[in-house]
Amino acid sequence: MIRKSIQSRRARETRLKIYGISSICFALIMLATLLISIGLNGYSALQQAYFKLDISVNTEKFVDDSGAPDNNKMNLFNWDGLVQSALREFFPEVKERDEKKELFAIISANAGYDLKEFVKKKALGSGSHTFSVWLHLSDDADQYLKGRLSIDIPEEDRRINNKQIAWVNSLVERDIAKLKFNKTFFTSADSREPESAGILGSVIGSALTLFVTIMFALPLAVMAAIYLEYFAKPGKITDFIEVNVNNLAAVPSIVFGLLGLSVFLSTFGLPRSAPLVGGLVLGLMTLPTIIIASRASIRSIPPSIREAALGLGASKMQAALHHVLPLATPGILTGTIIGMAQALGETAPLLMIGMVAFIIDIPTTFTSSATAMPVQIYMWSDSAERAFYERSSLAILFLVAFLISMNLLAVVLRKKFEKKW
Amino acid sequence: MTSKFRTKKVEVSYGDKKAIRDISLDIEKNIITALIGPSGCGKSTFLRCLNRMNDVIENCSIKGSIHLDEQDIYGPDIDPVELRARVGMVFQKANPFPKSIFDNIAYGPRIHGLASNDSELKDIVHNSLEKAGLMDEVKDRLNDQATGLSGGQQQRICIARAIAVSPEVILMDEPCSALDPIATAKIEELMNELSESYTIIIVTHSMQQAARVSKKTAFFHLGDLIEYNDTDKIFTQPENQKTQDYITGRFG
Repeated sequence: MIRKSIQSRRARETRLKIYGISSICFALIMLATLLISIGLNGYSALQQAYFKLDISVNTEKFVDDSGAPDNNKMNLFNWDGLVQSALREFFPEVKERDEKKELFAIISANAGYDLKEFVKKKALGSGSHTFSVWLHLSDDADQYLKGRLSIDIPEEDRRINNKQIAWVNSLVERDIAKLKFNKTFFTSADSREPESAGILGSVIGSALTLFVTIMFALPLAVMAAIYLEYFAKPGKITDFIEVNVNNLAAVPSIVFGLLGLSVFLSTFGLPRSAPLVGGLVLGLMTLPTIIIASRASIRSIPPSIREAALGLGASKMQAALHHVLPLATPGILTGTIIGMAQALGETAPLLMIGMVAFIIDIPTTFTSSATAMPVQIYMWSDSAERAFYERSSLAILFLVAFLISMNLLAVVLRKKFEKKW
Repeated sequence: MTSKFRTKKVEVSYGDKKAIRDISLDIEKNIITALIGPSGCGKSTFLRCLNRMNDVIENCSIKGSIHLDEQDIYGPDIDPVELRARVGMVFQKANPFPKSIFDNIAYGPRIHGLASNDSELKDIVHNSLEKAGLMDEVKDRLNDQATGLSGGQQQRICIARAIAVSPEVILMDEPCSALDPIATAKIEELMNELSESYTIIIVTHSMQQAARVSKKTAFFHLGDLIEYNDTDKIFTQPENQKTQDYITGRFG
């Protein structure tokens, strides 16, 4: 009898184990599929098609008497013309206006601007100079070189026609155009042209926003948790607060965006699209998460420690700050980083307060216009250009890497603050 | 003999449930008084009234009066924080802070500002450890974690920590219940030495311990004080039948 029941119990245990392992495997496979597909889409954005031009320029037209570049004169100078004439030297047969237009379409529309920035950085003295410079090809040429534009479809449906393909191929054959590491992606902000667009602006925007979030939410949440655990007299008001804190954690994030819009922007008149406002809104959103985690962490500290402190004549506040809080720190930190990770990936509330704007400058202060990484991904994925598609995939990988490093930080901090008993 | 504590008709209830009723007893100065009785008889509750540790517990209410040196400790001008500096406490389970031995002892003096500089603080710590008979055992590792010591040593750290604030009274809530006989013997010896300069009130489950260390004993049963007398009397000629039954092991 007993042997029979043991057998069936064992069988049940084995079945349960198989269920568990298979569900873990399923989850891992899904995760791997997701990451691999994003990775396959995004890895090509690490490279970008460049072409090399030999430029001769007389700097007298845009430097002042001392030889320093004059901004006004530089802006007026015809950089596009310089690039275009240099390019035409490779293809002397192109004469007609329409044909010329097609030729110039294979290089980036920002090539002239990039050349200007290059010259400005180089700080050439007064006089004639000859130098070579690598500039971006257009996104269509770039996609063609990466094999992401199919040439099987009819010419009129393609973003790049046969003539342009021939020019690009001839540039590649002459070793003038090639794929190089896409530095621009990591050093610039958003742009209308995929080849000039980068994530640095949104990374810095996210960093500024998260800084405000943690500065706002962490102290507030910890104080609230200590108060609710140790000072609040149990009663209807405390119950009411508790229920509301728990409810807030479940409120859809877009509601916090609306709140930010009506309170921070309309009532307080804070600037739109600013990391300051974004941080405050995300701080409000993560506040309940951190409060709940902090309370759980504080509650897990053995009451004997607190009694020991109180028995020595420590006040309630001293017992909480000197003994309970340091011991609860690992738990609070974990909760905080989970909250921060949630805030980092949040898009909806930021849309409401205008952080969805197209911003080409890298933000420098808490009130300058900025966007955030998830918003940047959202905007790129919405763009028509094929080259933005691979960029948004790469940006997603970047965001995931950011999240993983935040979680690693949580583990490290936890280990560091954890006390052995 | 002068009284240190004088309690009159003390009644404690948790919500609707009365934990102790009508406790009136005087506790004498500089002796050891033992509180004995079966589990749930209210002896720990009574002990925690003496330094207002019950304040921390929700919905706990106290009636009656407790005077420490003729001063009502539940009076409006008494700060429980100040009271707890005068009436120290050692708990059932040794609860050193997860800090160094030195910081454990120094915590009380630090928060009360008893030392004006580092060398004074050091003196206080050394004296307290000396009095607690721990100095020889830990003098080389004052910076080690107190939680790494043995159970008996941890409990003596807690006693040293209580002494460091120079209290007048030390309350001990079953301080030896988790210790082996050797560690218990050490703590009892320590209590004897300390009773010369401190009033000690100990709650204990062990009647032998009460008989060994205390001068006076109070027997509690179901929230009532049944008998309070010299320890010798209680253990040899108890006046009450219940006391007789308890000390002879008929219940409890």
